[in-house]
This record gives sequence, C-alpha cells and structure tokens, in this order.
Amino acid sequence: MSAVIDSHHDDHHHGPAKGISRWLYTTNHKDIGSMYLWFSLIMLFIGGAMAMVIRAELFEPGSQIVSPEFYNQMVTNHGLIMVFGVIMPAFVGFANWMIPMQIGAPDMALPRLNNLSFWILPVAFGILLSTFFMEGGAPNFGWTFYAPLSTEYAPPTVTFFIFSVHIMGASSIMGSINVITTILNMRAPGMTLMKMPLFVWSWFITAYLLIAVMPVLAGAVTMMLMDIHAGTSFFKAGGGGDPVLFQHIFWFFGHPEVYIMILPAFGIVSHIIETFSRKPIFGYSSMVYAIASIALLSFVVWAHHMFTVGMPIAGELFFMYSTMLIAIPTGVKVFNWLSTMFKGSLTFETPMLFAIAFVALFTIGGLSGIMLAIAPADFQYHDTYFVVAHFHYVLVPGALFSLLAGAYYWIPKWTGKMYDETLGKVHFWMSFLSVNLTFFPMHFVGLAGMPRRIPDYAMQFADWNMMVSVGAFLFGISQLLFLFIVLKCIYNGKEATNEVWEGAKNKGFEWTVDSPAPYHTFSSPPSLESLKTSS
Amino acid sequence: MFRAIKYSLSLLAALTANFSFGAWSDLNMSPGVTQLSQEIFGLHMTVFYVCLAIGIAVLLAMAFILFKYRKKEGVKPADFDDSTALEITWTVLFALILVVLAVPATSVMIKAYDNEEGDINILITGHQWKWQYEYIEDEVGFFSNLSTSLDKRNNLAPKDKNYLLEVDEPLVIPTNTRIRFLITANDVIHSWWVPDFAIKQDAIPGFVNTGWTYVNEPGVFRGQCTELCGAYHGFMPIVVKAVSPDEYSAFINEKKEAKIQQALLTEKLWTVNELMEIGEATYQKNCVACHQVGGQGIPPVFPALVGSEIVMRNKARQIEILMEGVQGAAMASYSEQLTEVEIAAVITYTRQAWGNADSGDGKIVIPKEILDYKTNKL
Amino acid sequence: MSDSSYYVPESSKLPIFMAFGLLLFVLGASFTMNNWGEEGSNAHWLLIASFAVIWGVMFFWFGSVINENDSGLYSGQLNQSFVWGMAWFIFSEVMFFFAFFLALGYVRLFAVPWLGGEGEKAITNILWPGFEAAWPLLVTPDNEQFPGAHHSMAIPEISKLHTWLPFWNTLCLITSSGTIALAEAGLRKGNRTAFKLWMVATLTLGYIFVFLQGLEYYEAYSHMGLTLGAGIYGTTFFLLTGFHGFHVCLGAIILTIMTIRGFGGAFSHHDHFGLAAGSWYWHFVDVVWIFLVLVVYIF
Ligand code: HEA
Ligand code: HEA
Ligand code: HEC
Ligand code: CUA
Ligand SMILES: [Cu+2]
Repeated sequence: MSAVIDSHHDDHHHGPAKGISRWLYTTNHKDIGSMYLWFSLIMLFIGGAMAMVIRAELFEPGSQIVSPEFYNQMVTNHGLIMVFGVIMPAFVGFANWMIPMQIGAPDMALPRLNNLSFWILPVAFGILLSTFFMEGGAPNFGWTFYAPLSTEYAPPTVTFFIFSVHIMGASSIMGSINVITTILNMRAPGMTLMKMPLFVWSWFITAYLLIAVMPVLAGAVTMMLMDIHAGTSFFKAGGGGDPVLFQHIFWFFGHPEVYIMILPAFGIVSHIIETFSRKPIFGYSSMVYAIASIALLSFVVWAHHMFTVGMPIAGELFFMYSTMLIAIPTGVKVFNWLSTMFKGSLTFETPMLFAIAFVALFTIGGLSGIMLAIAPADFQYHDTYFVVAHFHYVLVPGALFSLLAGAYYWIPKWTGKMYDETLGKVHFWMSFLSVNLTFFPMHFVGLAGMPRRIPDYAMQFADWNMMVSVGAFLFGISQLLFLFIVLKCIYNGKEATNEVWEGAKNKGFEWTVDSPAPYHTFSSPPSLESLKTSS
Repeated sequence: MFRAIKYSLSLLAALTANFSFGAWSDLNMSPGVTQLSQEIFGLHMTVFYVCLAIGIAVLLAMAFILFKYRKKEGVKPADFDDSTALEITWTVLFALILVVLAVPATSVMIKAYDNEEGDINILITGHQWKWQYEYIEDEVGFFSNLSTSLDKRNNLAPKDKNYLLEVDEPLVIPTNTRIRFLITANDVIHSWWVPDFAIKQDAIPGFVNTGWTYVNEPGVFRGQCTELCGAYHGFMPIVVKAVSPDEYSAFINEKKEAKIQQALLTEKLWTVNELMEIGEATYQKNCVACHQVGGQGIPPVFPALVGSEIVMRNKARQIEILMEGVQGAAMASYSEQLTEVEIAAVITYTRQAWGNADSGDGKIVIPKEILDYKTNKL
Repeated sequence: MSDSSYYVPESSKLPIFMAFGLLLFVLGASFTMNNWGEEGSNAHWLLIASFAVIWGVMFFWFGSVINENDSGLYSGQLNQSFVWGMAWFIFSEVMFFFAFFLALGYVRLFAVPWLGGEGEKAITNILWPGFEAAWPLLVTPDNEQFPGAHHSMAIPEISKLHTWLPFWNTLCLITSSGTIALAEAGLRKGNRTAFKLWMVATLTLGYIFVFLQGLEYYEAYSHMGLTLGAGIYGTTFFLLTGFHGFHVCLGAIILTIMTIRGFGGAFSHHDHFGLAAGSWYWHFVDVVWIFLVLVVYIF
C-alpha cells in the first residue's frame, strides 16, 4: 500500500483510526483478522454453552433440564454455530492475519470486500440466534437439516435460517475469492507457488473448496425455500422429487466442508511442528500434494454419510472405496509430521503441546473415520454416538486444538506480548485430559447402540454418559481459562521479541517484522533472500 | 487423576476382554443373532484391530520421538527434509492395508444387499412418532408405540431395565423364516434399526427401502429410530419378538379375528362412560405427546384442545381433522392407526374432558359416525 | 510482481452499509414470505428499503472504484486482482447452477424411475400404484396434490421449430455473445462508434431474450398448466430457467450501465475492466443457457 497511500494521504496513515469506527470501516487485514478471531471466540462460548445444555440434559437418564423440543434446537444450533460460527471464521481470521504477512503482501487483495465478508457474519448469526425468540422456536432439524423435517415439518423460523445460511455462504465465498486473489497476485518477488509457506498452501486449496461448495449449499437451501414457500417438489415424492436428493446435495457440500475445517489446521500445525523441532518440515512437496489430493477426493466421497438411505449397491461400494482412499494422503501428512520431529531438538511450549495433541488425537479420529467408511459396518455405526465421537475427535482436539495452538504460536506477534507460559501449560493439560474424558467414552456408548440426537436414553448407557458430561464440564471450564490467558496477555503480558521462538529463525516473513506487527506490515515487498540471510 | 486411572483401566479391559462378549456388551457392538449381523460384527472387529494397530504404532512412535529427541544441551537437530524412498514406502503400505480392508468389506456388502423376496413381507411405516407394521400377505397390521410412562421419563417413578425400549405391541416374526422388511415413512425420514439383526434402513417418505433377516432362535430384540424425526425422535423404540412358526400362526389368526370383532363393535350401543374410558386411554397413548395430558398443548405449534372452538362446537370439523390430519402440520390422520371405536371415543373424550362440555356443545361421537364418514368418503 | 505499489483504500463506510442492507433484506424477505397473504403485514416495505440500500451502496461502491481508477491509483497488479476476483466469482456462480443441474439429473436418472417401478428401487412403486415414469413428467405420483402440466416445453418436430420460443431465445443469446465480443474488439481498436453500436445490439438482444422468456412463462402458466406446483418437471423447469433468467437480467443491468458509461465517454482501449467483466458474465450466462437448452428442453 505503502508508496501510494503515503503519497496520497500522508498525514494519517501510519496507525489505525480510533474508536468504534476503526472496526466498522476498517480495510486493514489485521483489524479484520482480529475481528474474525474475537467473533469466533464469542461464538465458541455461545456454541459451547449449548453443548453444556446438551450434556446437562444427558447427564442422567430421564428428563433433566430442557424439553425434547428445546433439546433439538440446542443440538442444531450447537452444530451450526460450531461449524459456521467458530471453526470457519477462526480460520479466516488466521488467514487474514497471516497470509499477507507470510507472502510479504501489504494487505489482502480486495480490502473493502474483506471488510464486507466479516461484517455480514454477525448479521447472519444475529438472525440465526434471534430465531430463539420467535414463534415456533429456533431451527430444530439438526445441522444437516434433512428435508422434509426442515421443509414441510419445520418451524416457521426456517425461512430466517435459510437466509442466514445464504449470508454465511456469501461471506465465505467473498472471503475465499479474496484469499485466492491475494495468493495468486500478491506474493513477494521470488516466492513461487512451491515456496509458499504450508499455511498459505492449505488456505489456497481450502479457498477453492469453499468457492466450489458454498454455492452448492446455497442451491440446497434455495430449493428448500422454494419447496416451503413456492409449492415446488424437489424433496417431495408426491411430485416426483425425492427427500434423499436433499442429502446428496447437502453432502456434496458437507463433506468438502469438513475438510475445509481441517486443511488450514494442517497448515498451522505444520508450522508449529517445524518451529519447535528446530528442523525444516519433512516432505514439503508431498505435504502440498497430500492437501491437494484430499481436496480433490473430497468431491467424490459425499455419500458415505448416506450408506443407510438405500443407495444401489454400486453406489455403496464406490463411496466406500473412494472414502478409504483419503487415508493415504492423510497418513502421508501424519508420517511427515512424525518425521519432522524425528531427530529434531524438541521443546514443548504450549503451541507445540497443542500441535502434538492434534497429531495424536486427530489420528484417532481419522482411524474411527476409516471404520465408518466401511459401508456394511457403518450400518451399525451410523447415527450413533460412534459418529459423534469420530467427528468430535477430528473437530475438537483436531480443528479446535489447532486453533488454540495457532493462537498461542502467533499471539506474541499479534499483540507484541507474551502469554503466561505456565497458565498456557495448565490450559493444555486440562483441555487434553478432559477432551478425552468427554469424547472417548462416546465410542463405547455408540457401539453399544446409543443413537445420536436424543434427549433421553436407555439405562445401559447411563454410566458412560455421566462421565462424558463431567468431562464436558471440565473442558468448558478449561476454555474459560483460555479467555483469561488471552486477556492477561493483551493487558499484562511481557514484551515479546521479534523472533519470539528460538526455532522461528528462518521460518517465514512474519518473524522478521516487529512484534507487534506494524499496522501496515510491508512498505515494500520483502525478498526471499532477506529471509535466508537474516538467520 | 483417579478418574483418569479408572478410565484407562476400563479402556484396557475393553481392549483385552473380547473373548467374553457378555462382559463388555456395553463397550462394544453386539454380535447380534443373525448370520449377517455376525458377519458384520466380524468385519467390525477386523477393521477395529487394524485401526487399533495403526493407532498404537503411530502413538508409540510419537512417544518415542518426543522422548528421545527432546532438546538437549549440545545436541544439534538434523536438517534433512525429505526422503523419497521412505515416502513411497509408507504410501504403498497404506494402500495395501486399505486393500486388505476392502476385500472383506465388499463381500459382506454383497451379502447384505441380497434382495430376494421374503417368505413373509412386512411393510414398516415410520410415523411421527411411532411405527406401523403391516403383514402384507395376511392383511393385518397395527401400530407400535412407546409404552414407558411419562412418570418414569419425568423421574417421578423408578426406571427399569427396558426404560425407553418397550412398546405396547411388538412386531412378531417367526423364526427360521426369511423375512423381508419393506421400509417407508409417512411424514419425515425415520430409520428402522435393530442392532441384533444389523438392519438399519432409512424410512423415506414416498420411497421403499428393503432389508431382510433370518432369525434362528426365539427372543426379544430391541432397537430405536435412528434418524432425527422431530421432537420425540428419542421416543420411538422398536421391539421385535421372534417366536416359533406355530406361535406366529396363532398370533396372525388372533389378529385376523380381532379385525372381524372390531367391525362388529361399531354396531354396538355405546354409553358415554364406556366411550370416555376408551377415549382417555387412547388419548394418553396417542395425543399427549403434542396436546399434553391436560389438553393444554404447546402453543403455538401444538394447539390447546381445552377451549378450542373446534373441540367445543365443531363436531364435523373435528372428525375431519382426526380422519384426514391437517396438511402441513404435525397433526396426522388417525383413520388408519386407530379403530373407529377409538376415534369416536377420543373425540368424545376431548369434547367432554377439561370442562369442554360445559362451555361447548358437549356433543359426543359414536363409532357408527366414524364408520359413516369412512363409507361416505368411498 | 509488485513492482509498483498496491493501493489499499483507507477505511470505508461502504461495506458496513452493505451489511446493513443485507440485514434489512433477510428480515424483509423472511417476514414477507412467512406472512404471505396475511392482512396488514408491512414486511415488504422492509424488503423494498433493503433494495434501496443495497443498490445505493453498490452505486457508490462502483463509483468510488471508478474514481480511484480514473485518478490513477490502481496499478496493473491491482487490476489483475479484479480479474481474478471476477473470474472466481463466476466460477462460484457456475457451482450454484451445478446444484440445480445435479438435482435435475438425479430426479431423471433415479427418483422418477424408482417411483415408477423401474431400476433398483422399483419396489417403491407399491406406494404409487398406477404411476408410470416418464420425462417430461406430466402425471405426477400424487397428481391430486401436484397436478402435472398438460403439455411439456420439450422441443417440437423440426418443421415447427420457428414456433418454439427457446429456439429464438437461443439465437438471441448466442448472437449477443458475438456482438459483445465485437463491441470489445471495437473498443480495443479505438473505434468507439462500433463499440457503442455493438453494445446497443447486445442489449437489444438481451432484452428480447428477457421478454421472450416472460412470454414463455405466461404461456406456461395460462395455457399449459405448467406451474411451480406441477411436480418435479415444473419445479426444475422454472428453477433452472428462472435462475438463468435472473442472471440474464443482472447481466443486462450491468451491460446497460456499461453502455451508458460508454456513451458518456468512459473506457479506453487499454483500460476497460468493467466492460470486460460484464462481458465475461454475459458469456457465462450464454454457456449456462446452452447446457440448459440441452438438458431442460431437448434431452
Ligand atoms: C474436520 C472434520 C472431519 C475430518 C477431517 C473427517 C475425516 C474423515 N471422516 Fe468424518 N465426519 C465429520 C468430520 C470429519 N471427518 C463430521 C462432522 C461427520 C458427521 C456429520 C454429521 O452427520 O453430522 C463425519 C462423519 C463421517 C462419516 C459418516 C458416518 C455416518 O454418519 O454414518 C464417515 C464415513 O465414512 C466419515 C469418514 C471419515 C474419513 C474416512 C475421514 C478421513 O479423512 C480420515 C483420514 C485420517 C486417518 C485415516 C488417520 C491418519 C492416517 C494414518 C495414520 C495412515 C494409516 C491409516 C490407514 C491405512 C487406515 N466421517
Ligand atoms: C467444531 C465443531 C464442534 C465443537 C468444537 C464441538 C464441541 C463440543 N460438542 Fe459438539 N457437535 C458438533 C460440532 C462441534 N462440537 C456438531 C457438528 C454436532 C452435530 C449436531 C447435530 O447433530 O446436528 C455436535 C453434536 C454434539 C453432541 C451430540 C448431541 C446429540 O446428538 O444429541 C454432543 C453431546 O455431547 C456434543 C458435545 C460437545 C461438547 C461437550 C463440546 C465441547 O468441546 C464444547 C466446549 C466449549 C465450551 C464449553 C465453551 C466454553 C465455556 C463456557 C461457555 C462456559 C460455561 C462452562 C461451563 C458451565 C462448564 N456435540
Ligand atoms: C404429532 C403431534 C400431534 C399429535 C400426536 C396429535 N396432534 Fe392434534 N394437532 C397437532 C397440531 C400441530 C395441530 C394444529 C394443526 C393446525 O395447524 O391447525 C393439531 C390440531 C388438533 C385439533 C384441532 C384443534 C384446533 O383448535 O385447531 C384437534 C381437535 C386435535 N388436534 C386432536 C387430536 C387428537 C384427538 C389426537 C390424538 C388421537 C391428536 N390431536 C394427536 C398435533 C398433534
Ligand atoms: Cu423416528 Cu427418529
Ligand atoms: Cu464426510
């Protein structure tokens, strides 16, 4: 931005504006990144509070604190908020902060669009949450909103839900266009695609996934809207449609969506592991190819969520095989991380602890994914807590841990202050223990036959459920500690050095600039050579 | 810490105790009672052990690396950053493991999809929130409702072993017979799951899915609806009773007999009290889920019947609602699910109970009127 | 790459107003739909207000982009950002249509045959005795609730082709893709007269298309019994052609604005990204139409 901005409005360009208007009108990637991150943290507490309601209701058999109707609203909104309101915006926040810094760009390519992408998110979620106070209550048909439960049998607030999904989609699409454009067009001289940091690569591919599937989701909710309000029959057998058509369209979006929630995590974790191993990442190019293959495969596996809808057998087999294939590129990544640590010089600061836990626990979640992929066995697993266990393992100690790891890793760069390492470690160990206590026993109740999305259950599931609930409460409290650590860091942290981590030498442009990173990072594009010689 | 120990111990127990299924029945899948379910169970165990082995290998390797290569004074980290040979090795290794898994999976899949007709064909229809069973060849059928009392659900009475897994009328099937289930739904998607048969098939409104079973030994098998189908999704269990073929014939004959009796009943002269008694029972079984015990409903979704215009003064419309349901609302048609007597009785009950008779016209409805409604429609 | 400098606009009020406009839109649209037909509902005013806000913001937004460009703030690199941005936006639109094509393919290949007792789930037909699979689907499984159309929109025999509106529509759109290319070529050569002429031709063809499409809908509703409620055939017909038509309208609006600007002297032979973007959009609409004619009308 530099030169031009400087020459045109030289007077007030070196720092942010003051007050609320700074945040409302900003076009700065760091401001917008921070807003995304705060937004997602707030949403984590809202979605997490809903999870606490779920766990309180399931603490014991019998009706506990909420009615079955409200329970369904809790489950639905918990899922929606965690997926669309926590994980995705948080990764976009990281993208905003880190991509320009890592590729040496002055800002995102389309800054005003960037601001718009963020500010429509609170609109979307404000509307979604306001349905709790409307006649008929909030959406109650699961985050997968299968028709006709979500069309002919839905509460009237489904209309608000549909439009709010449209807006979330628009936000993601605009955000991805911005990411792609930035990466294609704004890299520092000499940074070829195969020299880009892995986080940038992971987001590059994620952005393509988003652009490809969010419009399909928009199509799906549009069809719902038409079925509800215009008398069409996409999902009505009586008119020649099929409720299962909805599932095909939804999962065509939905499966790539789950990788959207994990690929950037792979990127973050790769950086952390190489930094704290004090070694270069192992197999850089196979890491890139692995991400790309996962993304490509993700378009042809969607019906593994639908093994029980009565597909023709050819379909069952095809989707079983294609799903299993994903284990190969993912395994490559896991082994590459291990090899990066192999013969390294490892230290275990909080980001590294979370990253290691990510690798270990994501592997567990991935392996249960492989079990689910075995179609005949999935007849027994499907829609039980075994599935719930699987996806929480990949999402909570997976995606969420990677976010925590990334936050600890980069927060000194963002704020210029160090977080409290001791508290960070306490946070890690509390989270690590309680996350397993919460989600591991879910495998058992799932195999023993407990269906998901039920507010009350048979006696034989009682013991494990109580343990799960206890674990969940502990995990919830642990995240309050995280909030405290962040606030303490911002208001009361020690000054951080520019390089922050001993192992960060040579590990990217972000470590060559001041801490906190200046409001406008690069006044002239840095060169890759400068990175090499700075070590 | 104590919990962590207890937890890891039970985990250990889970992993080592596979030779005695009984002991870990609440940790693992049940092998079930049909050949298919046992094959699926075997497949599950195979996949599980393979994944367990991979998991342990990865975690052990990781633990080793973390310990061995932690930062030590004077030890410099290596700086290699790839090894094509290694990478090819493990890629091939993963592919081989997957092939090993895919082979048995495919063969079990083919068995599960055997789509021959059954000796007995049963049409299963999911409704919000109950199952309907119709024996296609014998033209008899009935509904199967959750029978656990509200008191138990609200923690006012002690819960017992089959809490939430008991129904008023189980599905009865004969042993040693090939049975084919035709599964569909009437409103939203449900899913019919009996773990012991390894059948889980979604019930899609307007479409028919199939599943089959062959049970060798008599027994009672329980399952649940496994697709979110609305507020009471957690409360539509499945109970299947497998009996000897003789007992089965007796059961079917009894059903046929009852059907004839029912037709006769509508001819009888009814007293208000008789109707009220049947009506209250019917109401408790079928209507309380939405309209609540006291008839107050859960407005705005489920209207109150107390003080409802229709219930107090519009007999014709009320009959119509019960017979046809309300388009687009959860209020379904009861003309198939309930007998003429029950429908008449439940209408009478709602028109009399909760003071409705005092403020409304208090008209009662007799089974003959329902029968007339049906015949006139035809 | 970034040889010169990259312009980063100072803070801007436009996006937050746009977000506000979208808020109004969602509330307006949802309340309007939910209260449809109810007495005394004023929700549609909210909707109208939202359009005013959204269009207003767009006007100022594009206006400021144009001004910034005119005052020479934009580098070649920044223009490249717009190019990528527009390209991937169009890609996202393609995927939106993909969902509807997917739906059409699925019902034709699977759902309708199954309902009619063909294919692997033929058993489904026990629920719909007497229903037969056909396409175009004129008799639906539940023909009482979803009364099918009397006639389909399918292509007639060759001799009657000239009475078939989609034929003229196709002609219009394909030609207009050519005329807009000519307009661009004219501009690039600095021949402004040719540019303006071909733009007007393009617009005329575009508006004829919209008019004919409207005529066709009128025919469908008033004479053929083909409505949104006519089962899956009407559903897919109207939604596919409808969304396409909606995009044609958008494209036509964009091109109208470009034409007006062109007459006002905007665009130079080397700097006319706005026009180029509009023309890509137009080509995209054209390509979608070709697919649409194939699967909706012909096969
Ligand atoms: C971040 C999100 C995320 C990720 C990464 C994954 C990853 C995977 N998922 Fe998961 N999944 C979800 C989120 C995710 N999933 C969600 C949210 C649902 C439920 C949605 C709902 O219904 O609400 C779901 C449901 C789901 C189902 C449907 C279950 C059902 O409803 O019946 C299936 C079935 O195949 C499945 C499979 C897989 C597979 C095979 C992977 C693979 O990508 C995993 C690959 C990883 C590994 C295998 C581990 C590492 C590899 C090695 C160490 C190499 C060696 C291994 C072998 C050779 C086997 N997932
Ligand atoms: C990224 C996604 C994500 C994340 C992070 C989580 C986090 C959690 N989830 Fe979530 N979950 C989903 C995605 C996610 N979930 C999805 C997609 C579904 C499926 C929905 C559907 O079926 O439609 C689901 C469903 C789901 C169920 C199944 C419900 C059912 O099927 O009936 C359960 C049950 O235990 C559950 C529990 C939890 C818990 C305990 C956490 C915890 O990790 C949450 C921890 C966070 C906090 C607790 C917040 C911080 C603290 C406070 C707010 C302070 C208050 C604290 C106390 C009072 C202790 N989730
Ligand atoms: C699945 C939930 C559900 C069940 C079970 C149910 N109803 Fe209803 N009922 C409804 C809903 C929803 C309406 C409102 C329909 C509408 O939109 O007008 C309704 C409406 C009615 C009305 C009309 C009331 C009015 O004032 O509009 C009557 C009478 C009625 N039900 C009687 C019964 C009886 C008797 C039973 C049991 C045999 C029963 N219902 C079971 C959901 C249910
Ligand atoms: Cu029926 Cu869930
Ligand atoms: Cu998936």
